[in-house]
Amino acid sequence: MNDPRTAILGRLRASGDSGPLPDLDTAVLERRQWPAAQRPAQLRKGMEAVHTEFLEATPADWPAVIRSFCEREGLKNLLYGPTSEAGSALAAAWPAGGPALKPYDRPVETFKEELFNGVDAGFTGTVGGVAETGGLLLMPGPAEPRLMSLVPPIHIALLRASTIHDTFWSAVKALGWGRALPPNALMISGPSKTADIEQTLAYGVHGPKRLIVVLVDDQA
Amino acid sequence: MNGTKPKRVYFYGTCLVDLFFPDAGMAGIQLLRRAGVEVVFPDGQTCCGQPAFNCGYFEEARDVARTQVALFPEDLPVILPSGSCAGMMKVHYPELFHGQPDEAKVRAFSARVYELTQFLVDVLDVKLKDLGEPVKVTWHSSCHAVRDLGLKGEPQALIGQLANVELAPLAREYECCGFGGTFAVRHPEISGAMVADKIADATATGASVVLSTDGGCLMNVNGALEAKRSQLKVQHIAEFLWERTRAR
Amino acid sequence: MHAENEVHFRDAAAKALLDPQLRANFRRAMDGLIAKRKAQFPDPRDLQDLRDLSTAIRSRSLLCLPELLEQLEASCAKNGIKVHWAETCEQANELILGLLEARGAKTMVKGKSMVSEEMHLNAFLEKHGIEALESDLGEYIIQQDGETPSHIIMPAIHKNKDQIARQFSQKIKDAKYTEDVDELTAMARKVLREKFLNADAGLSGVNFAVAETGTLCLVENEGNGRMSTHVPPIHIAVMGLEKVVARLEDAAPLYSILTRSATGQAVSTYFNLITGPRGEGEKDGPQEVHLVILDNGRSRIYADPQLRATLRCIRCGACMNHCPVYTRVGGHAYEAIYPGPIGKILTPQMEGVGVRHDLIHGSSLCGACGEVCPVEIPIPEILVRLRREATHEDLGSKVAGKGTGRTATEDWAWRLWAGVIKRPGLYRVATWFATRFGKALPANAPLIKNWTQSRTKPVPARRSLSERMRAEGVPHE
Ligand code: SF4
Repeated sequence: MNDPRTAILGRLRASGDSGPLPDLDTAVLERRQWPAAQRPAQLRKGMEAVHTEFLEATPADWPAVIRSFCEREGLKNLLYGPTSEAGSALAAAWPAGGPALKPYDRPVETFKEELFNGVDAGFTGTVGGVAETGGLLLMPGPAEPRLMSLVPPIHIALLRASTIHDTFWSAVKALGWGRALPPNALMISGPSKTADIEQTLAYGVHGPKRLIVVLVDDQA
Repeated sequence: MNGTKPKRVYFYGTCLVDLFFPDAGMAGIQLLRRAGVEVVFPDGQTCCGQPAFNCGYFEEARDVARTQVALFPEDLPVILPSGSCAGMMKVHYPELFHGQPDEAKVRAFSARVYELTQFLVDVLDVKLKDLGEPVKVTWHSSCHAVRDLGLKGEPQALIGQLANVELAPLAREYECCGFGGTFAVRHPEISGAMVADKIADATATGASVVLSTDGGCLMNVNGALEAKRSQLKVQHIAEFLWERTRAR
Repeated sequence: MHAENEVHFRDAAAKALLDPQLRANFRRAMDGLIAKRKAQFPDPRDLQDLRDLSTAIRSRSLLCLPELLEQLEASCAKNGIKVHWAETCEQANELILGLLEARGAKTMVKGKSMVSEEMHLNAFLEKHGIEALESDLGEYIIQQDGETPSHIIMPAIHKNKDQIARQFSQKIKDAKYTEDVDELTAMARKVLREKFLNADAGLSGVNFAVAETGTLCLVENEGNGRMSTHVPPIHIAVMGLEKVVARLEDAAPLYSILTRSATGQAVSTYFNLITGPRGEGEKDGPQEVHLVILDNGRSRIYADPQLRATLRCIRCGACMNHCPVYTRVGGHAYEAIYPGPIGKILTPQMEGVGVRHDLIHGSSLCGACGEVCPVEIPIPEILVRLRREATHEDLGSKVAGKGTGRTATEDWAWRLWAGVIKRPGLYRVATWFATRFGKALPANAPLIKNWTQSRTKPVPARRSLSERMRAEGVPHE
């Protein structure tokens, strides 16, 4: 008896005559375009519809905007990636006292309990956004671990307006995701939600209950 | 069509209209004649073969289809007062005869097939003058007329030409009435539930007549209405149009 | 002859139809989903173009399926994802058990996966002392009640909130009774967070597997999929072998049409791309990622050029949302993993067309499914084909159980029918009798009594159209 792999591939190959490959007409995707200046508003529309909250900021004041959000919400701490670009910029501008910056700098095995039960919010950067439907593109990694945007009850994400693409499809092409990807990459459009009980939307089922986008206007 | 309106057409009655709704068939013929078209009704018409085809009995369906195609040798449009049978002849005959020696002949026939309202609107561009009393009707779109044949609102356009007719929209207009040929007797409980919902939706429109272009739907909806002793009536669209527009 | 152990959809459906609560739950839910999908596609041209593109992408993937699977395996290996192959559900179950036992795993959290339902994985693992806990809220609800999904996207759609409220108050420790959806959701969150934190392994399905990059794409709203795939030390993904696409760019439009067709969402909360286990320097993520590729009859479906279209399916559930039969009987009446129209063509091909003969005929062929299917699977056409296969043995196909639904009575009936219909003379006699004596047919005659169960008996007109036309002397050839 063949091993399953050989048997399966053999059967598929034996099915023979495959015929010509149909063309892919991507015009319908290419049609979805917005002038750069309108992309932030389009992105907001989509994301606000699914309960994402927005804070407006400038390239200079965004750390202060995050700081005052944390104070306003009475957060005790904010998880961040100390070696990430956004994380180190935030730390550099973070005054002492008040809400504490908590670094995610250890393997999760020694940090799980605290991550699940002792963190008020997580802060990450983004590598871009998607205007068409609204969405943030993230590439977690050593500097910004995967669970930062998932486990804490609030996720605060930094988005620069100039990095917003038209569609997910065009973003994949522009970012070169189609050629190489890190172990994890994702798009996020809002806080975690479910409609599994009688089609009624409820937010914050397993992931964050709130998603706060700090939208930096860098398109002047 | 190339702008010139045909002078002669074939009429294919379909088995259900032939046996259960002959008035609808007559009305369809009259509507065509009034539009200045000579109607040829070849003798020997039976059934398009759809029941056997839908059950997977292709040989039997083909046998029947061959005898029917042979009745329409001239290059004239073939008009049917039924979306479902027109769909069978136009869309499914070519599939059924795929790879058969007479495929080309059948395809040429299929290309000439029209559902009645489609022909009246898209080809003849008929204009109707309403002579009837004010009435409220609702429209049941037959699944095959819309999905197989691609009717794009021709029946509604004809109804819309009648000044005294109010067309009340039917909730879930595009949902099947539950007929489905043998389905109605193989799965009578499901089919029964579907038609019960359909007549409830139709009743809720406040219309006095449900119109449709398909004998199967009409028979099904009518049977369910009668069983409930409803005041609501069904009528084939051809009959309705003819009755309201013919000079008395 | 009749297929042994034939499953009778008619009986189960008839029973479901008697449950007004169930019918109300489904009707409301399906009406809502239909409206939401419609709102997502305001422009018919865009919709058609996107369907054409999606269909072409899926068709292309299937045309190169063996090559793409090999490429996927190689790309995954490069990324550190170990690929396993299983011809049957039993093999897949054993494989997964082996992976879990080798690591001493005792608990596993699951993201939503229909393939794992197909494998009956939970029951299998339970038998071997491993707890497999569903974490998708809908799946969690039905697992707690010992039920199976009634919809492929919204597994607990048959239940309303009162039913869930009662269930939670009985089954969750220290839970109070509440019908507030936010509170119910919070209860499940609390229980499941604890489980995510401590689980030894996580399992997920796969929406699209990208051959070029070796990426597993997961679509979800709740975050339980990310929890299941990123928190436990080992992640096992299972997929049917048809799920592969060539490039990530191909997954993008499929993703877009999937969420819009399924739940009427422009985008899901998460679109998660997994291309490897925890990488160099990463602080979280699983240490191991495994991908199990399951056949379970798919390669047989693949062998048939027409039936192959079945494998284009992206499991959006739109066909069931729009199905007038599904809407009325709900998912459980199908007694199958995949209910609704897609299940009606998939289940018989997996289990045998004779065993599921009744199901194949449980459709009015209204075409609503094919009309909304984002990858244009001609479901009614395939149903007709399967009806044919069920009653014909000698068609040269590889369809499972072909010919086993054949009965002499039906064969004979169609032959008789054709014999009359193709002979106008005979037909004329038959209609003459029908018009004169049709009224006299008893309403409780076989078949007629099925009709008259909900309707009056149709009465033929006094004179047929042909008879009148003959009398009129219209020109005929
Ligand atoms: S058959 Fe089509 S509509 Fe049905 S689940 Fe599959 S992709 Fe969706």
